[in-house]
Amino acid sequence: MAVHTSQSVVKAAGDDVARGRSRGTGTPPPAPGRIRRGLSTHWYAWTMVAPVVLVISVIIGYPLLRGIYLSMTDANERNVARTIGVNELPATYEFVGADNYIDALTGSQFLGTLGWTLVWTVSCVSITFVLGMALANILNRRIAGRSAYRMALILPWAIPGFVSVFAWRFLYNEERGLLNTVLGGIGIDGIPWLNDPTWAKFAVIAVNVWLGVPFMMVALLGGLQSIPSEQYEAAEMDGATAWQRFRHITLPGLRPVSTTVILLSTIWTFNMFPVIFLLTRGGPGEATQILVTQAYKFSFEISPRDFAQSSTWGVLILVLLMLFAVVYRRVLRSQGDNW
Amino acid sequence: MTTTADTRARQAGAKVRLRGDRSPLASVALHLTLIVTSVIAVFPVLWVLLTSLKPAKYATTTDFFRETTFVNYTNLIRDTEFLTWFANSAIIAGLSTVIGVFVAATTGYAVSRFRFPGKRGLMWTLLITQMFPVAVLIVPIYNIMASLGLLNQPAGLVITYLTISVPFCAWMMKGFFDTIPREIDESGEVDGLTPFGTFWRLILPLAKPGLAVTAFYSFITAWGEVAYASAFLVGDENLTLAGGLQKFVNQYGAQWGPMTAASVLIAIPAALVFLFAQKHLVTGMSAGAVKG
Repeated sequence: MAVHTSQSVVKAAGDDVARGRSRGTGTPPPAPGRIRRGLSTHWYAWTMVAPVVLVISVIIGYPLLRGIYLSMTDANERNVARTIGVNELPATYEFVGADNYIDALTGSQFLGTLGWTLVWTVSCVSITFVLGMALANILNRRIAGRSAYRMALILPWAIPGFVSVFAWRFLYNEERGLLNTVLGGIGIDGIPWLNDPTWAKFAVIAVNVWLGVPFMMVALLGGLQSIPSEQYEAAEMDGATAWQRFRHITLPGLRPVSTTVILLSTIWTFNMFPVIFLLTRGGPGEATQILVTQAYKFSFEISPRDFAQSSTWGVLILVLLMLFAVVYRRVLRSQGDNW
Repeated sequence: MTTTADTRARQAGAKVRLRGDRSPLASVALHLTLIVTSVIAVFPVLWVLLTSLKPAKYATTTDFFRETTFVNYTNLIRDTEFLTWFANSAIIAGLSTVIGVFVAATTGYAVSRFRFPGKRGLMWTLLITQMFPVAVLIVPIYNIMASLGLLNQPAGLVITYLTISVPFCAWMMKGFFDTIPREIDESGEVDGLTPFGTFWRLILPLAKPGLAVTAFYSFITAWGEVAYASAFLVGDENLTLAGGLQKFVNQYGAQWGPMTAASVLIAIPAALVFLFAQKHLVTGMSAGAVKG
């Protein structure tokens, strides 16, 4: 769907540049058909979006189509086109239809990984949202040192992801990490943060929440500032308590921001490759492997590299997220949001 | 400030606490919450900074300071191509930021101001590009870049990073432009500006907060990216910081001393961009997210 749309726009935008030039010379459009009329009205808008559409359709559109194609073949490292020395070997993989999808959806690996991915996404997004909401509300009050607190709280966002993940690995280190040293100091045995399946799950969620709160907080803080203060004043006149004000003014006022950031952060968390990959590489065993890291593993880390299965998982991820976005939008619509 | 507010509330004899009024106990609780969360937010980064200033053999001690020295930094710069990597990263992230901001702004403006066929499709496409797993795109994008001869070139990575950052930035800029009154565009037209002139001379200067957020986001995306960088670049002198550091980790194992020093040097430019952008961050994001 995505690709189809973007390609049609590219074509239109391409024609349209020429049209724009002829318009500049002042010649009136001969034979105004529907398309021509469209071009002369919309050439400006189309020219402005053309670069994005062009780049996205080449860099995302082609890989997407290729991914869908590969997911219906049995392509792996041994049968794709490749060059060994001076010999160029042609591709010998075959079309297998929906076999990969049937395998993925009936086997336990995909469903098991999907289960943990859902737990991971739901817990990360909900914890991040609640913390971000609480901090945004506190920071929106008059409080001494507010800008200093705000800077400190946004800091995790400003640090490149792999640096912060490295910092956390350093803290989590089982023998010499600070966390276990401190725990040892008060007489508690060291915790195998990244080496025990359950603790590792906890550890990756903690790091992702740490990384995600600043974005939530900043977005919600902006939302809070756009709620007119007259509403609060009116509520105060009517004697509404702080909780009532929060429940009936703040929450509804934040609804437009909340719906957007929840949608975005659900998508981002579902596909959060760097945190899992750099922190645990999906381990111990496959305990923290989410769908994306497992798909990466299929095409880079196992031997022979299994491109078909990797693509199958990638397409399934995309389908799941698109379903989610459509359902999410339907639900919001049915509740009267103009989204 | 709190005291005067309290007095006012007492004088009014209000039973309901007004906004901005609170008991001293509540103030203490708020500050305590903020202090604890700020410490959690800052500590991991601070700890890396402190560790980088200790001699490598003390890297895993719990002291905050121990024989403070810059030896980790001097070793790092002497033993690796750190400065070259740094320059590569600066070029790639700088180009991604400048082009990304420009492209996101034009797209956002078009989507905000004009009704045109394909607009809804475009908005959905921008959202859907966020959904396709990066990890699975690497191989096909690698093939495209190879056939275009852009492997090992900054341009290849810049284009790739644009596909990551521009969709989100365009969404945000659209929301931001929606908050700028259309009357301004109309007045530009009356004064004889072309549509592009209106956009460039009137609207962009008003959209500075949005541009700052977009720039921040594009820069951070490009500066900290690891997966594409390590796949597309080969040869020591072509690596970016992220790619170089990855290599460094594998080579030196758990050498915390040099690793922490490298992390600090990588974090500094990002932190500087952040300082520059942070005062616009809240206004910029809010407009973008509210109307997104």
